[in-house]
Amino acid sequence: MKFLDEYRDQKLAEKILQEIRRTVTRPWVLMEVCGGQTHSIVKYGLDYLLPKEVELVHGPGCPVCVTSLEMIDKALAIAALPDVIFCSFGDMLRVPGSECDLLIRKSRGADVRVVYSPIDCLKIARAHPDKKVVFFAIGFETTAPANAMSVWQAKQQGVKNFSILVSHVLVPPSIASILQSPLNRVQGFLGPGHVCTVMGHKEYEPIAARFKVPIVITGFEPLDLLEGTLMTVRQLEEGRAEVENQYSRVVQREGNRVAQNLVNKVFEVCDRKWRGVGSIPKSGYKLRWEFREHDAERLFSVKEIDTKEPDACISGLVLKGVKKPHDCPAFGKQCTPEHPMGATMVSAEGACAAYYAYGRHLQGCRPRTQEAEVMAR
Amino acid sequence: MCLAIPGKVLEIQRDDQGVRMGKANFGGVVKQVCLEYTPEVECGDYVLVHVGFALNKVDEAEAQRTYQALSDLKQLGELETPDLSTGPFVAEGGSS
Repeated sequence: MKFLDEYRDQKLAEKILQEIRRTVTRPWVLMEVCGGQTHSIVKYGLDYLLPKEVELVHGPGCPVCVTSLEMIDKALAIAALPDVIFCSFGDMLRVPGSECDLLIRKSRGADVRVVYSPIDCLKIARAHPDKKVVFFAIGFETTAPANAMSVWQAKQQGVKNFSILVSHVLVPPSIASILQSPLNRVQGFLGPGHVCTVMGHKEYEPIAARFKVPIVITGFEPLDLLEGTLMTVRQLEEGRAEVENQYSRVVQREGNRVAQNLVNKVFEVCDRKWRGVGSIPKSGYKLRWEFREHDAERLFSVKEIDTKEPDACISGLVLKGVKKPHDCPAFGKQCTPEHPMGATMVSAEGACAAYYAYGRHLQGCRPRTQEAEVMAR
Repeated sequence: MCLAIPGKVLEIQRDDQGVRMGKANFGGVVKQVCLEYTPEVECGDYVLVHVGFALNKVDEAEAQRTYQALSDLKQLGELETPDLSTGPFVAEGGSS
């Protein structure tokens, strides 16, 4: 097994689809939490293959999308300083702040670099002791162990010119917030497989019990997503609301304890503002006091910046699963990946950007991605 | 962003700073991977890698078991197979 191609098998996909058709008796609304799952679903056209009773809405799990405008503006302000080397994952470079984006900053002379891993920044910091190296530490729980390790190593090894600008977000408070909304339509979740690889799925059990919703921890390949959907639909049809694990080849109930330990040593939980959604209590990580020498927000004391999103943008409702991208009059017209108006268009994993990338803004025909054609055979 | 892919561990060593590192093969592309969070992993194991960090070992037996369970799903008879000429990717009026 290579753990990839096997999970894209069209014949098996059709078997699972038949089983879903056999199981479903009435309409259900499911949300896939993670942006990577949304991307796979749209790319392979899985939502079009499901029976009409099963509606998939797209969740808030794209960290690039939900990084607040204020935080992007802080990143832009720090990147503009003359003695700073500003490092980031590639996906953040095109995300527009109030005035410009990091790529434009770079074109105007700022030293902005794309890195594959936060650990690469430590090498850059050692090579440039006269510069301050700042890493834009965004992400969900999946990315927290990598970002925690970079700060931990910087402290251990005395790399004093390395800091991180933290905008970490957490999944469980965000899905609880969706379920508490009076507008909520979601009846079951395909849970975030890679977040749970780190955190386990224990912390989802109280949410499933309290809100009486099934949560099935699900992988990212087409067969994973279809099996996760089948397991969720089965629970709904049988009146169960449990946490189940479709992605058992990498997720265990307890998660990765070694990674959790380091994350807890370096970070503590804090309130966090989500782009398009607003502030959610206890929904993020910040650096602990012991690591303040590596905290870019403290070091650069950037002023709070007043920001405003366009009124026309409905990304907040898309992130909560209340609306779909094509419910927005601006989608694919004034709002495109080149000129995004809000959270769900700014990153390739945002629901609006995924719909756009796979042709769903075009009128008159359904998308014809190669992968979707194969799946539909 | 939470993209993580499985790779096969080819070698394991400590770097200059004592960090447990390794090389992993991702379908032909070999990359450095930090193995600090997966102390139990050995050469030949598959690991799930995100931004240069192995997050967990991929459990091969569990993968086989799930895959087999899916393969064992009851297949409808040939005659019951839906007619795909009316399938979902035929061009139609209005968008959906």
